[in-house]
Amino acid sequence: MPDELLHLPIVNGLLERHKGSPGALLPILHDIQERIGYIPDAAVPEIAHALNQSQAEIRGVISFYHDFRTAPPARHILRLCRAESCKSRGAEQLAAQLRERLQLDDHGSSADGSISLRPVYCLGACACSPALELDGRVHARLSAERLDALLDACREDA
Amino acid sequence: MSTLYLPCDSLARAVGADEVSTALITQAQERHLPLELQRTSSRGLYWLEPLLEVDSPQGRIAFGPLTAADVPSVLDAIGNASAHPLALGLVEELPYLKTQQRLLFARAGITRPLSLDDYRAHGGFEGLNRAVAIGGEQTATAVFDSGLRGRGGAAFPAGIKWRTVRGTQAAQKYIVCNADEGDSGTFADRMLMEGDPFLLIEGMSIAGITVGATLGYIYVRSEYPDAVATLRAALNIARTAGYLGANVGGSGQAFDLEVRVGAGAYICGEETALLDSLEGKRGIVRAKPPIPALQGLFGQPTLVHNVLTLASVPLILAKGAQFYRDYGMGRSLGTMPFQLAGNIRHGGLVERAFGLTLRELLEGYGGGTASGRPLKAAQVGGPLGTWVPPSQFDTPLDYEAFAAMGAMLGHGGVVAADDSLDMAQMARFAMQFCAEESCGKCTPCRIGSTRGVEVIDRLLAAPDQSGRDEQALVLKDLCDTMQYGSLCALGGMAPFPVASALKYFPADFGLQPSEAEQ
Repeated sequence: MPDELLHLPIVNGLLERHKGSPGALLPILHDIQERIGYIPDAAVPEIAHALNQSQAEIRGVISFYHDFRTAPPARHILRLCRAESCKSRGAEQLAAQLRERLQLDDHGSSADGSISLRPVYCLGACACSPALELDGRVHARLSAERLDALLDACREDA
Repeated sequence: MSTLYLPCDSLARAVGADEVSTALITQAQERHLPLELQRTSSRGLYWLEPLLEVDSPQGRIAFGPLTAADVPSVLDAIGNASAHPLALGLVEELPYLKTQQRLLFARAGITRPLSLDDYRAHGGFEGLNRAVAIGGEQTATAVFDSGLRGRGGAAFPAGIKWRTVRGTQAAQKYIVCNADEGDSGTFADRMLMEGDPFLLIEGMSIAGITVGATLGYIYVRSEYPDAVATLRAALNIARTAGYLGANVGGSGQAFDLEVRVGAGAYICGEETALLDSLEGKRGIVRAKPPIPALQGLFGQPTLVHNVLTLASVPLILAKGAQFYRDYGMGRSLGTMPFQLAGNIRHGGLVERAFGLTLRELLEGYGGGTASGRPLKAAQVGGPLGTWVPPSQFDTPLDYEAFAAMGAMLGHGGVVAADDSLDMAQMARFAMQFCAEESCGKCTPCRIGSTRGVEVIDRLLAAPDQSGRDEQALVLKDLCDTMQYGSLCALGGMAPFPVASALKYFPADFGLQPSEAEQ
């Protein structure tokens, strides 16, 4: 993908900044994802070279952690908490509502690229379950109506 | 000029605190009301959030839970607070708060997280000053004598770890704070990092100069972006003020800290997986020995503690080991911030000395379920914790008492459930979660968890009693294998919620009680 090569100056700038910091692979990957939106495949050989590791080691780390993406994300990322506390307050009904309304499975992205669904296991909002995170912001004490309103807001700017 | 206080805690914001703040500022301007709005930490009385506090001659008066629409009437009521339907009276007199023993969370809801002046005005850095004055040997002794045990879940005596790391010779030693609070139902670490970051920094500085470590890492889960931002800002402030750097608090010793962010792997809350993750690797559990105190981060001696353990140290130094020991029971000394979550009317943080019962917590503080239906069970200690039935709610919250009934206190999280929650589905989820989050190093956890989901599915689909009994037997056998054969607590304890669900709620699996208890 030639357009991925356009990201390389950013990647190399970040590598330069982190070199000399021990065990810097996770901070590097976080920074790349924050700047570019995902970890481009073309970045892997550059990271491996800079850290004097094999590409397999770098790919192994990227695939191990749930947070790292290897493709561009949708415009909105919705992560519904599915852990025990939220389950005890109806998270599974909200999950069903999401699947039904968006016609997606729990890990899906809508075809128009407007919204991605991901499960998350605990947002630390357990005293006001159920909760979700939409584009980095936590919403707690959710109800079916509030979930619908949040989805409507995502659709409007789609 | 009146002063108003509103939390900037992420959960308060998740239920509308920012909207209330905006409304307050706009309305005050329109009315030409001279008021100062301080964004403080949260009291942890989350069912009342957003909780606004207003200065009065008697103390702070609380209003909550507020929405932006309530702001005009609240502003009308300042000066005559009792007239407002959401007025709660003096916040310190609320029974939920007044009956607590807040040592670790003494500043919660009172101070601004990033104000050094607020922190110092409320006892901040007294512990560090004391540690510098008495030296490393006596500091390590104070931690040992206090009886403090690791608050992350394993409850290992902290003083032994301190002495071990202090006694090693190495070119570099490290302090690592495990802030990968992934257990569902727990939020005390998040509250402390967002609300009182200097307390954690002070505790880590004391640890650093005591054991001879010059560098520390705080490994925070990525689901807590507010905690990460607050800690990073607090580190800069502390460094500028000389509490970190070449001469920590005038000790002549160097210590500095870095915040590292996890990437969504639950297993990185296990201390050796966390160390691998800090080294830039997959978060794979290490076999012990060697213990991290001797060979930890980058193979060097490393003191690894949970947030709450490290944050307990300043108080122990400032007030003395005996003061701390006077709280608690048996070998569980000091206080524990219990976290009430799930289907509970009054969810929040309850810091009490060990020894109160689960019933006092759930019914006294929690006020029963939020749904109003009967309590069915409470899961204590996170997703790997036992589902405790109401018949055992009178057990005192104490490490040994819980271990004796095959449960654990863990990190102090309590998730309540009403009678509508299907325990067979919760057992299935425990196995599914373990399968998803297993690091894959050991077979019982990696394969056992997947087989566990399959066995539960077969059990629930079995057409007759004998088929169900047969699968229940296989499931118990599998739980045994995982519990005794796994390398770490993930595979070793994932069977706890499964076996307890099976034992106490056999009907949810379509089983007869007598057979389930065999």
